[in-house]
Amino acid sequence: MMDRYTKLQVVGLYAAIAVFMLFMLLPFVEMFMASLRPLEHLFRSPYQFWSEDFSFDAYSKMWETVPLLGRYIFNSIFIATSVTFFTMLFVVPAAYAYARLEFPFKGPSLAGFLAVNMFAGAVLLIPLYRVLRAMGLLNTYWSMIVPGVAFLIPTGIWLLRSYLEKIPKELEEAAFVDGASRMYTLRRVVLPLATPGMIVVGVTVFISAYSQQFIFAITFNQTRELQPLPAGLYEFIGYQSVTWNEMMAAALVGVLPVMVIFLFLQKYLVAGLTAGAVKE
Amino acid sequence: MSELSETQSVATTIVRSKRTVLPEKWFAAVLIGPALLFILVIIAWPLVETVRLSFMEAGLGGEKFVGFANYEELIESKKFHKTIIRTFYWMFLSVGLKLILGLIGAMLLNAAIPGRGLFRVLIMPPWVIPIAVGCVGWLWLYNGQFGVLSGAGQYLGVLDGPHEFLAYKKSAFYSAVVTDVWVGTPMVTLFLLAAMQGVSRDLYEAAWVDGAGRWYRFRRITIPQIMPVLVTMALYSAIFTFNSFDIIWILTQGGPRGASTTLIIDTYKVAIGNYKFGEGAARVIVIVILLGAFAAVYMVLLNKLLRRYGSK
Repeated sequence: MMDRYTKLQVVGLYAAIAVFMLFMLLPFVEMFMASLRPLEHLFRSPYQFWSEDFSFDAYSKMWETVPLLGRYIFNSIFIATSVTFFTMLFVVPAAYAYARLEFPFKGPSLAGFLAVNMFAGAVLLIPLYRVLRAMGLLNTYWSMIVPGVAFLIPTGIWLLRSYLEKIPKELEEAAFVDGASRMYTLRRVVLPLATPGMIVVGVTVFISAYSQQFIFAITFNQTRELQPLPAGLYEFIGYQSVTWNEMMAAALVGVLPVMVIFLFLQKYLVAGLTAGAVKE
Repeated sequence: MSELSETQSVATTIVRSKRTVLPEKWFAAVLIGPALLFILVIIAWPLVETVRLSFMEAGLGGEKFVGFANYEELIESKKFHKTIIRTFYWMFLSVGLKLILGLIGAMLLNAAIPGRGLFRVLIMPPWVIPIAVGCVGWLWLYNGQFGVLSGAGQYLGVLDGPHEFLAYKKSAFYSAVVTDVWVGTPMVTLFLLAAMQGVSRDLYEAAWVDGAGRWYRFRRITIPQIMPVLVTMALYSAIFTFNSFDIIWILTQGGPRGASTTLIIDTYKVAIGNYKFGEGAARVIVIVILLGAFAAVYMVLLNKLLRRYGSK
């Protein structure tokens, strides 16, 4: 009853949603349209909303224009997955400590972690370059993984901490009274209970790692075989001309694997965000 | 033999009764240590290094101590002042739009209508795909000869000829803003939506029984309830936007003639493009100070506001 809308209101809602969706999806629609047009017809002025010679040629030719394209797509996913793995390795224990334990410098050290959020990768590029060079990591996968992990640890701790705080303490206390060690309690009692939260944080970290590899890739890595998709796409910009149609096709195909995985995980993400926002 | 087993059993009893439990603070140290160490090496130390470099004239050749020269140069540079103002304008405009659109989006997707589950999924792609990949699409949209925006503009009669969006000072800047809003809005929408769904239904029902209309319920229940998420989101988004690099770099590289150069772009150009590490480092320190000051002012104002309006 309370949620009932009049017909007019429903029409208005859908119209507003349509405008919102148009803004969100227009670039993808246009990328797809551009990918379907033969290159010579792409450069037609004035703009044509429709042309008769749509074809999927670009989707097969792009692999020849940029032979390493498949590798770039893989690299992107590989780097983001590695970043997620290592970030979680650091985040899970630390988030647990901040959620449950009392110790000196708890507040200040947490604030210190969060202050890291003030810096983007771009701010620390110069010294980071030197650190990575000193460690011999330049031009390796690590040069893109290590900074990614460092910048995502704080966010991860913050998100997971608030999730862990919602898990009832009683179970841990029971395990502890029964003689379980702290580490055992963490591994066998807390982690299973925290799995949904860990998936949510993991997915969030993965998305950030996946969407923000560009700057580290163009600054710290010169090895072509290791470039992620965002950097690799620029190979379609040649000396003579830009093969726009193939570049768009490659962009769409490149993000497809992650979009498919994401479709399955989005429920976790939405559910997790919802759970995270509910107050006790 | 019996003696041995006796000692053993005594030993076990002792262990049982005085079980060695790792003190809480040591356990915490073990748990946090790795993360802390990692951050210290990869972020804190580089930051200290940046402070040192900012007093140097440093390039590929070597380093020379120059005192505050790098800073003095910045203080005197009119161009740099303009860049600071432009960066804040960029941040306030873009974050403001993201919050407004995010709020509207969350309201729309929170409405009890069929298909909202689908719409929720459909708004996520700009957030999920690599920022740089989305920008490639926008590059095409903004193309003057062949892009849909210029085409549609001419078709509708808004533009009287092809408009190269990224070639003119004003339109390049605002084009970058639009793309930045496009990238940032989905996340704001989803977080606000999550917050809205966390609001207890009882509150709405009680208000509804009392005859409160939809707009009134939104203003007096939804907004105050999602305020904590909203303000956190705003700060997070502000810092992220302030430091936004990929979008501007790919669309305009800070041009034309510096029209879309924000502090981060300027720093990148000076330090990585021209190998002036010292001057770049000084810019980084300015960024850190400005952002720190902004965050502090934001928190103080926020606390004052919250106290005045008696919210928690």
